[in-house]
Amino acid sequence: MGKVLLICRLAARDLRRRPAQACLLLLVIMAATATLTLGLALRGVASQPYERTRAATNGPDVVATIGTSGQQLSAQVRALLGTPGVTGHGGPYPVASAVVRAGSRTAVAVAEGRDPVPAPVDQPALTQGRWVRPGGVVIERAFADALGVSAGDRITLNGRPFSVAGIAVTAASPPYPDFCEAGCYFSVGNAPGAVTNPPSGLGLIWLTQADARALATGPLAYVLNLTLANPAGAQALATRYDNARAHTDKPVLTSWQDLRAADAFMAQDAQRILMAGSWVLGVLAVATVAVLVAGRMAERTRRVGLLKAVGGTPGLVAAVLLAENLVLALAAAGAGLGAGWLAAPLLTSPGAGLAGTPGAPSLTLPDAGLVVAVALAVALAATLVPAIRAARTSTVSALADAARAPRRRAWVTAASAWLPVPLLLGTRLAARRPRRAALGAASIAVTVTGIVAVLAYHAHAGQQSDAGSGGLPNPLLGHDQQILFVVTAVLGALAGLNAIVTAWATVLDARHSSALARALGATPQQVSAGISVAQVLPALPGAVAGIPLGIGLFAVASSDGG
Amino acid sequence: MSETADTVVLRTRELRKTYGSQAALVRAVDGIELDVASGETVAVMGPSGCGKSTLLHLLGGLDRPTGGEIWLAGRRVDRMSEKALARMRRDAVGFVFQAFHLMDELTAVENVELPALLDGRPPRAARRRAAGLLERVGLADRAGFLPAALSGGQRQRVAIARALANEPLVVLADEPTGNLDSAATVEVLRLFEDLHVAGQTLVIVTHDSRIAATADRMISMRDGAFIDETRLTGGTSGNLAGLAGLEG
Repeated sequence: MGKVLLICRLAARDLRRRPAQACLLLLVIMAATATLTLGLALRGVASQPYERTRAATNGPDVVATIGTSGQQLSAQVRALLGTPGVTGHGGPYPVASAVVRAGSRTAVAVAEGRDPVPAPVDQPALTQGRWVRPGGVVIERAFADALGVSAGDRITLNGRPFSVAGIAVTAASPPYPDFCEAGCYFSVGNAPGAVTNPPSGLGLIWLTQADARALATGPLAYVLNLTLANPAGAQALATRYDNARAHTDKPVLTSWQDLRAADAFMAQDAQRILMAGSWVLGVLAVATVAVLVAGRMAERTRRVGLLKAVGGTPGLVAAVLLAENLVLALAAAGAGLGAGWLAAPLLTSPGAGLAGTPGAPSLTLPDAGLVVAVALAVALAATLVPAIRAARTSTVSALADAARAPRRRAWVTAASAWLPVPLLLGTRLAARRPRRAALGAASIAVTVTGIVAVLAYHAHAGQQSDAGSGGLPNPLLGHDQQILFVVTAVLGALAGLNAIVTAWATVLDARHSSALARALGATPQQVSAGISVAQVLPALPGAVAGIPLGIGLFAVASSDGG
Repeated sequence: MSETADTVVLRTRELRKTYGSQAALVRAVDGIELDVASGETVAVMGPSGCGKSTLLHLLGGLDRPTGGEIWLAGRRVDRMSEKALARMRRDAVGFVFQAFHLMDELTAVENVELPALLDGRPPRAARRRAAGLLERVGLADRAGFLPAALSGGQRQRVAIARALANEPLVVLADEPTGNLDSAATVEVLRLFEDLHVAGQTLVIVTHDSRIAATADRMISMRDGAFIDETRLTGGTSGNLAGLAGLEG
């Protein structure tokens, strides 16, 4: 017990003696854990806004889209309503496709005819204005955002003027631009039919049935919303029905589970970005912490000697160093968890197409445990080597504050003799500590990997942004870019911290040789330039390696997303 | 002092270096007046903390004085910019430290050639010069050894060779035998004797009277000021080790 107290006391005193270094270490680990927390918090949050929307709109368990009319339509509707387990329905509602013009913006939409009275199943929840009336349409919220319209504005559908009566959300289809994400029976042209390659960027508009029929320039399609006695069996029903389809005229059934999965698409992308980002940041944090801890260790050589001289065992010396950094890692994990948990709602917006405001992120106890474990692992991985080295240091040389013997690279010494003085000094400085140089190179490689992956994403997003109808802004891309900005900002901050820490450690280590170089006639500028060169030299191969790695990371992250 | 040396290479006037202020003021160097002639060997001796090393650092441009003047080869040193001071240290001054201060990761010859490389000399010429200097200090066969593989005396000889790399006007030695045993001290003193004979100007700071006795002039220092000066007959041109009482 006494030994534990002693370790705690020594660790606490040491932390108080060097508060700036402790803060740096805390910040570095916190940045990584906060990002990891965000990634984990987003994992389960996607379903919550959908559930709220489904409850608020009496959302259907199954949505059937039917491409027939007349007697065939009636027969198919009767068959669907007669299916065992079906307990209620809304529709069938006529559906036409329409070219929407709102100011200078043009898009293609599915226009669904509704009754002015509320429907028993899937009554879209108004977020603005009123429900449909003759000449007045209601626009799905994400689509309205992309069009830049609100209640009271005027638009045209297939050239006919309408007023925007309201804005609403629904659980019966994914929001714009992923209307067809869960399966789609509508083509962009007027004629409905089975669509083998569903178009992206379709919007949804509700209007009166009479207006919908008036818009149609060809055969109408129909939507029938069903409720089941056992909503959990919706997926099985849809699959069974889909397997039994002999030809394309039969209705297409979409379960609420498929719709929820399509809704989650946006959060899944964001989560993928955050998870990839947090691992990149984690690696960078390990490199930074390793350099920081090694630098702190170099400053404590004499203290280690004193501890040993008064009877401290090598184990005690290692334990003190480990205790310091593990305590900092625990604090950083706590702060990172808090920061990530608080920031998650800002990034887990339910999307314009869903109801409600974002709730508390679904951070579970195992998630929190994982974050803490990662923080401790980062600190442990970075501390272990310096701690063992400190424990093994001879007491006499530690008391003399002797610097750790630098590595000799004969070929570097020989080759650098031909270089200008700053390069000569810098090359030799970098070669003295190959492990630090490797860590520096790895840090830069990780940073460049992240930056290249972000740039690749932006290039890809630039192509995708034109893929929606009428060149409307894609809300999914906007959200992903917001998350990417956060990851990039943290990456940049961590890379900055890493550069500061590495430079500090190099300067610390080079104190003696720099002073000697000055005594032998090197100018202050030459010494400063030499220290800079010692930073830049390992950075070059790291940066070069980061380019293909970044492209690879983007490819892997993209392929994971399907 | 050698017969031909009568030009003053190094001169100080009212040289002062203080630390702290008011009650805590420490006068490390207090009004030193010094003239060192070309080819002269001057020994400054005194107890620990009397300001000898501080004086040497001021003379070599490693530290800046609080007041007074320092002149080296007719150029005023105390007003020089950092860059000019660096050039001066490179071209005109050679340092020999008590703790050797060799680069641990460089071999003997690489350590010796370093000042020449810093001076921008071609690597081959620097290496030739370094090899020649190592031969001069009797370490030609240790040229490829790292400092850790050399004895204390050998390390100090490497440091002396390094101090001579750029043919300095003056060599400043700070307790050059302070870390050496008697045998190694004799080796180093012989080297200084050779340098003296060759006309090299030397300022040696020491608290060992036997070392000081080998100089042309011995200056005693206490509390930052010179308190006594003795001109020695013969200087190091005689039997140095015998004079110093170190010959076995």
